[in-house]
Amino acid sequence: MDALNLLKACFLLVPACLLGCLLFSRWRWRVRLPAALALGAVLAFGVAGWLPGIMDYLVSFSIMAIIYSILSLGLNAQWGYNGHLNFGVAGFFAVGAFTMALFVTSPPSGLMAAYAHQWFGLDAPYLVGMAAAGIMAGIVAYLIAQPILHLRADFLAIATLGIAEIIRLVFQNERWLANGPQPMSGIPQPLSCVFDQAGCGWLPEALQSALSVMQPRDYSYLYLAIVTLALAVTYAVLEAMVRSPWGRALRAVRDEEDSAAMSGKHVKSLRVQSFVLGAVVIGVAGALYAPYMVTIDYSHFKPLFATFLVWVMLMLGGSGNNKGAILGAFVIWAVWSGTGFVTDYLQVALQGLAPDVASRMSFLRWAFVGLLLALIVLYRPQGILPEKKRVSRFIDGEPER
Amino acid sequence: MIDSAQPAADKNMLTGAADAGGAEAVDARDSGGARSSRFVGGVLLLVLAGMWVAGWLAGTSAEDMLSLTAWGVMLGGIIALGGIGLTLCYGVLKFPNFAHGEFLTLGAYVTYGMVLVLPQSNPIWRFSFGWELVVGLLLAAAVTAIVAIVIDRLLYRPLRRHQSPLVLLAMASLGMEFLLRGVVYLIWGSDFHFYYSGRSNPALYLPFGLRIQADQFFVFALALILVALLYWMLTRTRIGKAMRATADNPDLAQVRGINTEQVIAWTWSIGAGLAAIGGVMYGLASQMRPDMGFVLLLPLFAAVIMGGIGSAWGALVGSIIIGVAMQLTSAFLNPAYGPAVAFVLMVLVLLMRPQGLFAQR
Repeated sequence: MDALNLLKACFLLVPACLLGCLLFSRWRWRVRLPAALALGAVLAFGVAGWLPGIMDYLVSFSIMAIIYSILSLGLNAQWGYNGHLNFGVAGFFAVGAFTMALFVTSPPSGLMAAYAHQWFGLDAPYLVGMAAAGIMAGIVAYLIAQPILHLRADFLAIATLGIAEIIRLVFQNERWLANGPQPMSGIPQPLSCVFDQAGCGWLPEALQSALSVMQPRDYSYLYLAIVTLALAVTYAVLEAMVRSPWGRALRAVRDEEDSAAMSGKHVKSLRVQSFVLGAVVIGVAGALYAPYMVTIDYSHFKPLFATFLVWVMLMLGGSGNNKGAILGAFVIWAVWSGTGFVTDYLQVALQGLAPDVASRMSFLRWAFVGLLLALIVLYRPQGILPEKKRVSRFIDGEPER
Repeated sequence: MIDSAQPAADKNMLTGAADAGGAEAVDARDSGGARSSRFVGGVLLLVLAGMWVAGWLAGTSAEDMLSLTAWGVMLGGIIALGGIGLTLCYGVLKFPNFAHGEFLTLGAYVTYGMVLVLPQSNPIWRFSFGWELVVGLLLAAAVTAIVAIVIDRLLYRPLRRHQSPLVLLAMASLGMEFLLRGVVYLIWGSDFHFYYSGRSNPALYLPFGLRIQADQFFVFALALILVALLYWMLTRTRIGKAMRATADNPDLAQVRGINTEQVIAWTWSIGAGLAAIGGVMYGLASQMRPDMGFVLLLPLFAAVIMGGIGSAWGALVGSIIIGVAMQLTSAFLNPAYGPAVAFVLMVLVLLMRPQGLFAQR
């Protein structure tokens, strides 16, 4: 194993260990941490040693799957724990991504100013941008929740579908806001200086020279670590919240609204809270998506990719189960990427016979995913990992984790 | 429509002010805190009048605004064809069918396929289309109805059997939306299509500087005829009465010997057939795109919710209000925001009267 692969494996250690922590969540921390570390090391160095060829693909795949996992977790906070039919994931996702982009870029200057417009560019730190993205998505959700949320569940679905469409139209048509139909480009990536020739400055000299083997194009390894940490934090926070009395109240409101109200829970306020919480998480996912893509435009936030796939993920994984949400995101993203290979192959195969039809093969995936959702709803609406109904961890005797 | 609406709205407001002491006729709220439908209707007409004035102030001549209003009524006719099917399904099956927009797309494209195959006749009267389009339209309505029934048999009926909650049915219909759109993309590609590309379709000159195409008259007349037929069917025929009974109370309808599955099949075929015709009309008025159904979905839902779920007349009135509003705002707003205008009107109605203008109870 050469130095480059060794370094890459070191970066892979972070997600691999966190995966271990997730898998061994039944064990106590004393056993769990070493086990996770061991599994992580085996996985990371195993991949680097045996299959160095697929590492780059694995990393880019995992980054997208993790961003989708965060989306799926956000939707789970809304749908899984409180029954909000949010068909406008794309809208909050877009708000998060564009807020992040506006906050961390600097306003175009010089020649670029003639071609690129944006409302403001603060050149702010990433964490500020991420917080702003979450807050903006939350504000949008709060504004939608006020007139709609207390009505029937299906009205919320229609309204969120509409809001997502309107948000996309705004980013498509308003040039002053985020460069109109043209993409907003040049979103800087966090800590990208680590792999630059010039170096970061604040990094110790020894580490900088050790890392100099890796090129700027290997940045995705670092970004994978960043998004995995973000996912871990999101997961931990959401798990803590839904296990708290607040989370139980949410589930009570979902299942038996009247009884919850009778027990003194403020039903309306709880519903708004969970809706806004989910939107904040979705906004944060948008904030992670923008720097990864570097260039974003309105077409990234069409309902298929940003709403529909997330729903399929959550329904397959198991609504009401945060682990299920993550599992579903990985499985569906694998299916989506895998069918991409199939349609590419079909396209090549049909090229000679019917070039017209061949170019349309990519739409086969739409039909397939639509069918998939229908099958899930029909045969396994509770998902792969169904929700665990559990009143308190003290009732079952054995404490959790 | 606006001409007569403006004074009506003013009068409404005047009486509202006059009654302020008694405050029952106009400003009244029912037990749920909702405003009366007269009040909501007055506000909506006032909003339309405001759009009219805004467009006029933005520099569009009064004659052009009048034309825009007329086009809005035509667009309302198209939306009504889709919306009536949607409101029927919503009323009888009790879930929002997110795949309804795709019935419009499917109808438009099947007709397009038929027009390509059938022998071409000369254009009828001043219309831009010949008899082959009319034949294709009827066939497309039948095909779309069959597709809807097949989907119901394979997907929605088992879900009904499992007593699935409403949200799962809504989600399944979202899946069908993407399935149908994927199929349309697969068969016809993602390009724009016209029924008769290159054929001129001059507007007729009418009094008051109105400029309307003959096709647009056809669209609106057909919509009116179909709605009237539907109304007759719902009130006079056995199946129509059974449909209303099922919408009201499915269990009671079953007890009274109504075959609800048959009623549901009829609902799907009528709804999908009307939607297919609406899609053809939309394709005739502008152009066919695979995402046209999805673009129209929001105006459809806005019209249905505005009119009151399950009410055919409500859907027609809501559609015309939405259609006029979408056209009028295009005088001073980017036309791409049409769905946004429909959405804002829908939220406005939901705020004042969540059960819609013509709620059945």
